[in-house]
Amino acid sequence: MVEWTDFERATIQDIFSKMDYESVGHNALARCLVVYPWTQRYFGNFGNLYNAAAIMGNPKVAAHGAVVLHGLDRAVKNMDNIKATYAELSVLHSEKLHVDPDNFRLLADCLTIVVASRLGTGFTADVQAAFQKFLAVVGSALTKQYH
Amino acid sequence: MSGGGDKEGIKSARAANSDCSLILESLIVGKSTEADSMVEWSDAERSAIAAVWGKLNLDEVGPQALGRVLIVYPWTQRYFGTFGDLSNAAAILGNPKVANHGKVVLGALDKAVKNLDNIKGTYANLSQLHCEKLNVDPDNFRLLADCLTIVIATKFGAAFPPQVQATWQKLMAVVVAALTSRYF
Repeated sequence: MVEWTDFERATIQDIFSKMDYESVGHNALARCLVVYPWTQRYFGNFGNLYNAAAIMGNPKVAAHGAVVLHGLDRAVKNMDNIKATYAELSVLHSEKLHVDPDNFRLLADCLTIVVASRLGTGFTADVQAAFQKFLAVVGSALTKQYH
Repeated sequence: MSGGGDKEGIKSARAANSDCSLILESLIVGKSTEADSMVEWSDAERSAIAAVWGKLNLDEVGPQALGRVLIVYPWTQRYFGTFGDLSNAAAILGNPKVANHGKVVLGALDKAVKNLDNIKGTYANLSQLHCEKLNVDPDNFRLLADCLTIVIATKFGAAFPPQVQATWQKLMAVVVAALTSRYF
């Protein structure tokens, strides 16, 4: 089981309790599609992803970004059992969606940048470490059911 | 890689022209003579990089980025055994040797920003240094690049939109590749 210090637990709860899930989710997913363009291959039915402006303004990207962040919420509420929490989602991403698990790290990186830009100086090195540990555990859990 | 044969051809042609000074300069400074391996930068990318770099206080951002690396990826502390107290985040962020070295690193990055069309050549000697003398695992270059990107995000907020992030990360990737280029 993953060990969390009191500081790490408090930091994760604090970040997510103040977060605008819709806005952050939208921004993080859009950044992923812009900065790592090959990720667009998973969103063939999203319509116009032709350039950064199109991606940012695309309503399907915004909606799906919110879906992903709300999915992340489950880990926030079950920090002591993230692996089991995401068992089904892991199977989904592997067997149905065929997502290369590398992409979990890319999305995590973009989410980190969005949170960093929103928190500014509040995103201290300790907070960064806790947040990145959390996202690494999430990524690991999502990759768990891959063969 | 097809560059090897071309380099020989260019060298012999230049020698035939009795222009030995050009060959000597490239050998001494370590500049690449291969145009085919050059990274392309659009005008928009060049301006975006200049705009970001122009707003950064290197003496502030360097220490912050290096501090974050040592805190978030603690194994990197192994490269700084002579730096004294790195026992916790506060110690690291207050450590004057960390601050100083952060400034050195950003100063070196400045050379890439001012030589976008020849980052590989610019960093040839630094690459050799990091490999042969400092024995730094090149994975760590990416970690520092990531921390620097995060520091920029904390400072710029909404002024670091996706397109600018993409350009900045491209620069980081090119720098990391150049620093890794002399490893065997």
